[in-house]
Amino acid sequence: MLKINSLTKKYFTRTVLDNLNLTLNEGKIYGLLGPNASGKTTLLKIIAGVTQPTSGSFSVIGKKAGVDTKKIVSFLPTINHLPRWMTVGNCLSYFQDFYADFDPKLAKERITAMGLEPKQKVSSLSTGMLGRLKIVMAMSRHAKLYLLDEPFNGLDPISREKVLEIILESSQEDSTIVIATHIIAEIESIIDEVIFLKEGQVILMGNVDDLRQTRQKSVEELYREVYDNV
Amino acid sequence: MSFDPRIPIYLQIMEQIKKDIVSGKLKGGDKMPSVRALAKELQVNVNTVQRVYQELERDNILFSQRGIGSFVTENKETIEQIKEEMAHELLENFVHGMRELGFDDKSTLLALQQYMGREAQGNVKD
Repeated sequence: MLKINSLTKKYFTRTVLDNLNLTLNEGKIYGLLGPNASGKTTLLKIIAGVTQPTSGSFSVIGKKAGVDTKKIVSFLPTINHLPRWMTVGNCLSYFQDFYADFDPKLAKERITAMGLEPKQKVSSLSTGMLGRLKIVMAMSRHAKLYLLDEPFNGLDPISREKVLEIILESSQEDSTIVIATHIIAEIESIIDEVIFLKEGQVILMGNVDDLRQTRQKSVEELYREVYDNV
Repeated sequence: MSFDPRIPIYLQIMEQIKKDIVSGKLKGGDKMPSVRALAKELQVNVNTVQRVYQELERDNILFSQRGIGSFVTENKETIEQIKEEMAHELLENFVHGMRELGFDDKSTLLALQQYMGREAQGNVKD
């Protein structure tokens, strides 16, 4: 469903993505792993249409990169992208105006389930509560591709669990979820496939249970193996 | 259920279901929860549970009825066979472990008898 062809991104002289090729399938949850500066965030930003590649191309369910892919790709950035002066309720209508696939009813239910209230101001939310709000907003779109950049960063264990629950219940046969994270233990049991990035290229990719079987290692141990031999 | 991240998750779930069948917690003909419901309960991916059901169906431990769901086999021989396989695996691990510690077959048997004797009297710590 996501096809990436020879994607390269350079910032001046620094190459962040180096001729990267990748194909993702529908109905799966992918873990995108790699140390800092391996290109995870840049890759997600390009697919989300926030940044332009230096060269190369990608398509989502056959649609060429651009306005058409933005409509079906939901991106959760690491930064807070929700205006601080808005209330939680404002955020709902804001997303509803912006995205045709946003489901306000579902979002409202989830907001309540997360212990958030429509009257609360974004600026008054704790890190944990903001993390919960961000995941609700991102996952309440009926998108085809969800890109989650460090959705657990800075969250307390209970908030992490809530974020995981929403990710799991949102996974559908006709959509794909990509989670870029450092917190591997959290996603061990929920991802189907793992993608290891190094210096802007995919160096290992595969089904996590198959990798466990052949290598007799957890994803976290595999991570250490992949990045220790540098 | 918590998982060992070194072992394929689908295998761990399969083991648990087999255990539940052998112990009678799941009975022949019982309807299994839907893939989505079990995934939610175990907090794992839907595809993982899908794989569990597929593998268990291939081993004739579960059977599916189109549009209705998956059911536990009613074949007593199959259930007996799972029981034997699981017991075999436990014994294999035990015997190998004892050999590694330097026990010969005779002293292994003796140690087992003594342990079971103590356990019967309630003198065994968990």
